[in-house]
Order: sequence, then C-alpha cells, then structure tokens
Amino acid sequence: MSLFEAHDLSVSFGGIKAVRDVSFTIEPGEVFSIIGPNGAGKTTIFNLVSRFYETDSGSMAFDGVDITGVPPHRIAEMGIARTFQNTELFEHETVLTNLLIAHHVHRRTSLVTDLLFLPGARRQELDFRRRVEDVIDLLDLQSYREQPIGGLPYGARKMVEIARALCLEPKLLLLDEPSSGLNPEETEDLSFWIEDIVEDLGITVAMVEHDMNLVATVSDRVMAMADGAELATGNPTEIQNHPDVLRAYLGD
Amino acid sequence: MRFVLKTNYAQDVNLFLHNGQRFWYGLLALAVLLAPLGLDRFYLGEFAYLYIWAIAGVGLMLLVGYTGLVSLGHAAFLAIGAYAHAWLLTQGVPFVLSVPLATAFCAVIGYLVGLPALRMTGIYLAIATLAFERIAAWVIEHWESVTGGHFGMRVPDPMVFGMSLDGPVPFYYLCLGILSLSLFAALNLLRSPTGRAFIAVRDSEVSAESMGINLARTKCTAFAISAAFTGLAGTLFSHRIGYLAPDAFTVQTSIQLLLMVVVGGLGSLQGVVYGAIFLGLLPQAIAIGRDVLPQWIGEIPGLEPGIFGAILVLFLIFEPLGIHGRWIKVRLWFDQFPLYRRATYKRQRSYLRTERVR
Repeated sequence: MSLFEAHDLSVSFGGIKAVRDVSFTIEPGEVFSIIGPNGAGKTTIFNLVSRFYETDSGSMAFDGVDITGVPPHRIAEMGIARTFQNTELFEHETVLTNLLIAHHVHRRTSLVTDLLFLPGARRQELDFRRRVEDVIDLLDLQSYREQPIGGLPYGARKMVEIARALCLEPKLLLLDEPSSGLNPEETEDLSFWIEDIVEDLGITVAMVEHDMNLVATVSDRVMAMADGAELATGNPTEIQNHPDVLRAYLGD
Repeated sequence: MRFVLKTNYAQDVNLFLHNGQRFWYGLLALAVLLAPLGLDRFYLGEFAYLYIWAIAGVGLMLLVGYTGLVSLGHAAFLAIGAYAHAWLLTQGVPFVLSVPLATAFCAVIGYLVGLPALRMTGIYLAIATLAFERIAAWVIEHWESVTGGHFGMRVPDPMVFGMSLDGPVPFYYLCLGILSLSLFAALNLLRSPTGRAFIAVRDSEVSAESMGINLARTKCTAFAISAAFTGLAGTLFSHRIGYLAPDAFTVQTSIQLLLMVVVGGLGSLQGVVYGAIFLGLLPQAIAIGRDVLPQWIGEIPGLEPGIFGAILVLFLIFEPLGIHGRWIKVRLWFDQFPLYRRATYKRQRSYLRTERVR
C-alpha cells in the first residue's frame, strides 16, 4: 500500500488554476521529487498536503486515512513534517528551543502538570532533550546548539529546519527546495543527509527541488509538472529525457 | 567569562544554570525576606504594591512577550479579580478559597475573551481588548447589587485561620509569597510544551501549525493564563486599596501594565520585575522632582502621564528590549571585555521569509 495517495487534486486562486487534477502516490521508503519550472504548482501541492490550502476537488489519503478535511495541526500529529522554501524558524529562540518545540506532538503532560512541573513533566523534558540531541548528532549541529536563529548563516538555518522537522519523528518528510541558497558543497552534504534520513531513520522523503543534480542523485521517482498539471512521472533518467519535460523547460 | 560544562541533560531543564545564579538569586531571596526588619511601614507598603504589579505583569508578559498578542484590556482582569474576590469575601467565603476562585473566574473570562481574538493580531487585537475593558468597566459601574456601582464596596480584611493579614508585615509576606509562586509557575510553563507553544505562535504561526500546535487552543490558553495571573494580582490589589470603586481601574491602568512589560523587556520574566520596580519608583521620583524643580514645572497639567508616555516612546526607539535587554548587553560587555562587538545586537537583515500562506 502506498504511504500517500493524491487523487485528482485541484485548487485555484481567483481565475488561476494553480493545480489541475494532479494524482500521485508516494511509496514507503522512497525519495519522491517534484520538479518543474517556476509557477508550476509544486509548492502549492505541499501547501495542500499540509492543509494550509483547501482543495477545490480531489482527495488525499495518508497511511490509508483520508486527510482532505483534517485541520492543519493534526497533519503533524499524523506523521507528516515539512520545511519551508525560505525557512520559517522561530527567530528569537535558540536552535535547541526550536527543536524542542517540534516535540510538541509527543507531549503527554497537561497544562496543570506543566505549571507545577510535576515529576512527569520533568521526565518528559529530559526525554525530549535526549531525543533532540540525537537529531543534533545526526545533522552535525552541535556548534549551533545554543545560538539564537537570528544570528545563523542561511545554510545552517536550512539544516536546522530539517532537524526541526525530523524532531517530529514523522513518517513522511516534505522538503520544499532544501538546496535553495546552499553552496555546491552544502548541497552535496545535503544529498548524503537525505540518504541517511531515508535509510537510517526509515523516513519517506518527498521534495520539491530545482537542482537537477541533487534530484538525480537521491530520487527514486520524479514527477515533472508545468502550469499546474502533471507532465510525467518516472525514474530520474526517464524524466530528464522525456520530450514533454524538455519542452516545458526549454520551449519548442 | 563563565563557561558552563554540561554533563547531563538535567542542566538544560533545571531553573538555575550554574552555582553563580543560585548564589545571587539566594542572596536576593534573603534580602527580600529580611526587608521588613529594616524598612518602615510606608516602604513596606510600597514594596508590597510593587509585588502586586509584578504578579499582574507576569500575566501580561506571558501574553504580550511570549505569545505575541497585545492586550489593552488587562485592567479589566485586575478589576474582575478584585471585585470577584471582594464579593466572595462579603458572602462569607474564606480568604484561602476566595483567592483561587476569583483567579479561576478570571481564567474563564480570559478564555472567552480569547475566542473572538483568535482572528486578530496587532492593532486590531489591541482595539478589541480595549473594547472589552470598556464593557467590563460598564458592567462594574451598573451592576450595583454586586459591585456597589459608583459608590464602590469595602473590601473585608484578609483573614487566614482567624489571623488578619492586613498589617504591613503580613501583607508584605503575602504579596511576596504569591509573587514567588507566580514566577515559579511561569518559569515552569516556559520550560515545558505549553510555554514553548506560546513562543512558537509568537514567532511564526505557519510554522507552529506545521509543528502540530493548535493555534486556536494555544491562544485561548494564553489568554486564560494571562487573565488568571492578572486576576490573582487583582485579589491582592483589592486589599491594598481597601475600598473598590470603578475609577481605580481605567484605561490608564491597562497602559501602565503594558508600559511595565515593554520597559522591563519583552520576552523575559526578569523584565517584569524590572518594569514593576520602574513603575513603582517613577511616581516617587516625579513627586520628589516636583519639590526640587521650579514650581512652574511641577504645575504643568498632565505632567505624570506625559512623562510615562515619553519614557515609553524613548524605550521603543532606543532600547526595544527594555531594561532587561540593556542589562544583557552590559553583562556581555563585561564578559567579553575588551572584545565586545558593538554590532552584536544590531538588528540583522533578516532573510526573506516564506510568503505567507493564507
């Protein structure tokens, strides 16, 4: 069974059909990439999956459960984490706090236990702190741990955002242009980390990406889009040589 | 400069980071506990008053400084706490029950005020809470059977197990004790998921939601907790003034509360205490200034609110992080001497943020 299924998703803003009858599936354990020229509707699909936008028609199912009408905060609880194109971190806080916030979905304490910091709350904090450190170790963020986000370089922010998404311990991780703003060396590191995330943590990755090198290196399957519609889906080599895809990028 | 070697995760969870902090806060605790030995009646009263302000400030700080929601209506929660407590006392409810009941009542009202506020931020929320404050004031003026209307109502003495806490020394300890508990509760909140959810909502609602944080519930909870602390301060405030009348709680009170958290430093609980000290000392300073300065200056109408306003504006321009922010910079300067970079706290060009979805 597929981990994620989308059937005939459509959404329009005013008169613009941003996404038109797009269907795709994401299989467990794979890296699924969505490519396409600017304005093709790639990020819009992520915003539909995160439930930030209402779908006009079509349906989505995650793990066999229909999520087309689920409120946005429930999406994270169900096991879908995401990052944002231009990073959307909690600016005034340290890296550590940012990662701890992500553990909100795992909280077992109530308001009262929090206020009194009963032993249960303390145990939970220690547990969260330990699990955060595992992610920090995985992505080599030790040197940034206590630093406020406001002072971090862009590349580090991107990694912190991925780390924060990993702290949710999701089944499906949506990466929205993870390599934008990274230098070639950082992009290469990123491809290793994506492989680690899939193989070591068993998390399925879906990403929107422009860097074809990165896409070809890590993806199992690629979906190409243009003008809100799906062009083709297949393995990276097929897509790179697909006549429709070439036409969308290069024109006739 | 101090480097803290961390050897276990509990060090990140505990309230005090190192023994230096334990020493200085211990010294502070000793000083405020022994203060009644050296202070006369007047100053004890002033300190108790300052503690009451700080308790209300803890509430407002959680809302404004940590959740990022502005309120100009907190005088109403102060009033509701005070009136509810006084009314319960006149009905024969014992003091130890009346305080938590009035506090809980404020929390419920706060939650309800939070509901319509869900879709508002910034200036719109300020106006909405201001409207709430006016409504609450109107109800207090006109619900004469409970509040005594314009004539007001006398507040019975605080009695605990047959002992009156009305004297300056017991009342000082009462306020100090409740302030300590309030600060402790707020600190606990901020090191656990509830408080971190507030911070997440403040910094990025989109991101908070994608972290599984329920925006509506978090904002309502923040309002409820904030109202509860301010209402708790109200119960003590009622004993401080002894006689409740509607003119004790006005828009000016709300603005002073807001002034306190902004001047103290948004986003820090120390800031609340600094702000309360500032707010407590300023009227004294103005009074002294009136005696010293030429008479025509002292007689300028609206001198006090004018000075309050001017100070607020100056802080917003020159030190948006308030007294606490200034203290952090001074400490860092000494820590890093002579290597302090002037640009450390310069607001940096922030990177483009994701276009707001919605």
